[in-house]
Amino acid sequence: MCLAIPVKVEQLLSDDMALVNIGGVKKEISVALIEDLAIGDYVIMHVGYALNKIDPQEAEHTLELFREMGVLEQVLSDHGVTP
Amino acid sequence: MKYVDEYRDGKMARHIAEKIRQSVKGDKSYHFMEFCGGHTHAIFRYGIPDLLPENVKMIHGPGCPVCILPIPRIDAAIELAEKHQVILCSYGDMMRVPGSRRRSLLKAKADGADIRMVYSCADALAIARGNPDKQVVFFAIGFETTTPPTALIIQQAQKQQVKNFSVFCNHVLTPSAISTILESPEVRDMGLVPLDGFIGPAHVSTVIGSQPYEYFAEEYQKPVVIAGFEPLDVLQAILMLVEQVNRGKAEVENEFTRAVTEQGNLKAKNLVADIFEMRAEFEWRGLGLVPYSGLRIKPEYGDYDAEKRFVLTASKGTDHKACECPKILRGVKTPKDCKLFGSKCTPENPIGSCMVSSEGACAAYYSYGRHQQKHKS
Amino acid sequence: MKKQKFTHKLDLVNGKVEMVHGAGGKAMSQLIDQLFIDKFTNPILNQQNDQASLTLPGNKMVMATDNHVISPLFFPGGDIGSLSIHGTVNDVVMSGARPLYISCAFILEEGYPLSELAQIIDSMAAAAREANVSIVTGDTKVVEKGHGDGVFINTTGIGVLTDDIARGADKIKAGDKILVSGTLGDHGVAIMSLRENLTFDTTIESDSQSLDTLVASMVETVPEISCMRDPTRGGLAATMNEIAQQADVGIQLYEDAIPVKEQVKSACEFLGLDPLYVANEGKLVAFCPAGKAKQLLEVMRAHPQGQDAAIIGEVFEDTNNFVQLETSFGGMRMVDWINGEQLPRIC
Repeated sequence: MCLAIPVKVEQLLSDDMALVNIGGVKKEISVALIEDLAIGDYVIMHVGYALNKIDPQEAEHTLELFREMGVLEQVLSDHGVTP
Repeated sequence: MKYVDEYRDGKMARHIAEKIRQSVKGDKSYHFMEFCGGHTHAIFRYGIPDLLPENVKMIHGPGCPVCILPIPRIDAAIELAEKHQVILCSYGDMMRVPGSRRRSLLKAKADGADIRMVYSCADALAIARGNPDKQVVFFAIGFETTTPPTALIIQQAQKQQVKNFSVFCNHVLTPSAISTILESPEVRDMGLVPLDGFIGPAHVSTVIGSQPYEYFAEEYQKPVVIAGFEPLDVLQAILMLVEQVNRGKAEVENEFTRAVTEQGNLKAKNLVADIFEMRAEFEWRGLGLVPYSGLRIKPEYGDYDAEKRFVLTASKGTDHKACECPKILRGVKTPKDCKLFGSKCTPENPIGSCMVSSEGACAAYYSYGRHQQKHKS
Repeated sequence: MKKQKFTHKLDLVNGKVEMVHGAGGKAMSQLIDQLFIDKFTNPILNQQNDQASLTLPGNKMVMATDNHVISPLFFPGGDIGSLSIHGTVNDVVMSGARPLYISCAFILEEGYPLSELAQIIDSMAAAAREANVSIVTGDTKVVEKGHGDGVFINTTGIGVLTDDIARGADKIKAGDKILVSGTLGDHGVAIMSLRENLTFDTTIESDSQSLDTLVASMVETVPEISCMRDPTRGGLAATMNEIAQQADVGIQLYEDAIPVKEQVKSACEFLGLDPLYVANEGKLVAFCPAGKAKQLLEVMRAHPQGQDAAIIGEVFEDTNNFVQLETSFGGMRMVDWINGEQLPRIC
């Protein structure tokens, strides 16, 4: 039961609600489960509720890991090293 | 879509797949279980099995709350709508699950019961407020990801004194399910299910944190890598598991660091602890009775407990004799091993729960992976 | 024809549909006269017979029928009225035929506001004019309040084949290429978003439109087109599976080639839907010999309704009739028949 997607907080509303945006699509969801939320934060949304904030540094870190792998491949293949 | 598209990059996927290929030892076979149904779905939807080397096999676990809900609970939900004439609000996934006599919520709805699909449990509470003269019951299912929202609406219902609202609680817990699999005779004693490691659920972990998995890693000496939901996350997690297995390690690693911390979401955990308590045992379709695996509403919130408000007949519904869901859910058999798969049991005509939910191993395999058998015919 | 006289003009501002409007008497006559005939006006309809006498050029006639039960009745980009005309015109033109005449039958619910009915009729009239078709005959019934959803419409369309080429699934051969005329999923998402209270930065509108001129330019330039179909309910996936079975072939699609708007993708993420299974109302898929695909693509892209056209796959021999998709990763997966109503996933 995991379908959850990252969404960006655009507006903070009353009653622990927020307007969020992903790829141009907006919806009002509950942020009652999140502490210290700011506009511009990204949260993971599940069944109309924000469950957790996304840590942008960690996100970049993960992507960097992926990219490094790609770089290594390219370097190896550039040097004619067959994996 | 930020935080989504980057993790679906095809080129990067091939790089990671290549790295997996380089890392596996030719003479070894690797069997990893992805616990979470969402991961099962992602694996098939993105064609990941095609990218993995021959000796890396994915075993599909029981982390699909729709699949593991036992027939008597579905019968009870139908009973609430039909006999007690409540407005029953349910997530879409539950609508087609067959209970006893192949009846489902959708069939009951066609027969006249007031059953409504909701995207969010908040909608169910709104329906209750909008229909003060009717009883409204929310059919709550799901693992730890979905439990905090249910906790919130019970809290809200009490604050706002929405008297005609109650919750039929079927929330289940991930760690106990993992234990059960690891404790099952096929795994522990008979070694029939070679299980070299787990891909830990993505969003459950954002709530419970990475800490609860440390027990499994240590007790059963199996590595656990918590993976994000996107295909690159899954591939990366498989790579991390392969590396751990090669080095003989059994640790909890977190691939999904952008959303999972060690402690998880304390606010959500505390709220759940306020509203719910553990049942001594709960029946899982396919796994039987699992201790400390289910939640029920605490007595302080008993007014909102549908099981207290309504008298429900305990049905004895049992699965079809030839249905292999129990073994499939435990990873002992694959969908292809089931005699009913693809013939009597299809997504249009599901017999077992693994075929109903689009995350069930059988449905995922049928809908996305059936083409692999063309190579045989 | 002598214009009928009525005591009071039909109140299209505050009036409501009443049981008498379906009873066959003066009230029904007035509804037909002052609403339907007034807006749909053409020489055949104005004769007000129970049937329409038609002359058809050529001798190969094409006929199609549709029921429209969409809810909500009004949505971004259209309403049940325009949808009903576009839908039936498209069904007719998919054979390569020129659409000529439409019949429309209404089942109205007691209490439905005449002002909204008038809007729907206006919509239908405009859609018919645009597609160069005449609405020549019809019927009206009224059901008690609570027994209908406001308005149900049946439209039946007739067209003529201008060339002698028979097209259909049975003409498809292994090696044929598959083209789509534009972005997928727009209509379904426009409707679902209303239900789920999603709003958009730039509104996603239904793509409901008549494809008659697009098809005309396609068959004129590439008469070798073997089959065309418009993917409506069930999306591209349903159409591909239907055709694979009817033509007894296998189909291979390429995920990267299939055009889907960014916001439609995002909305599908939100709702747990797969764009391949989401309804369209103004798109078509076409099958043609591989050698003609590039030319066909150019023709389609040159037309305003085909600007986002793309080659999305090909046909191969397969007795299993599988429809497969190569994902962006190079992995393969099935695009299976949809099972039942696509309920938005949460899992």
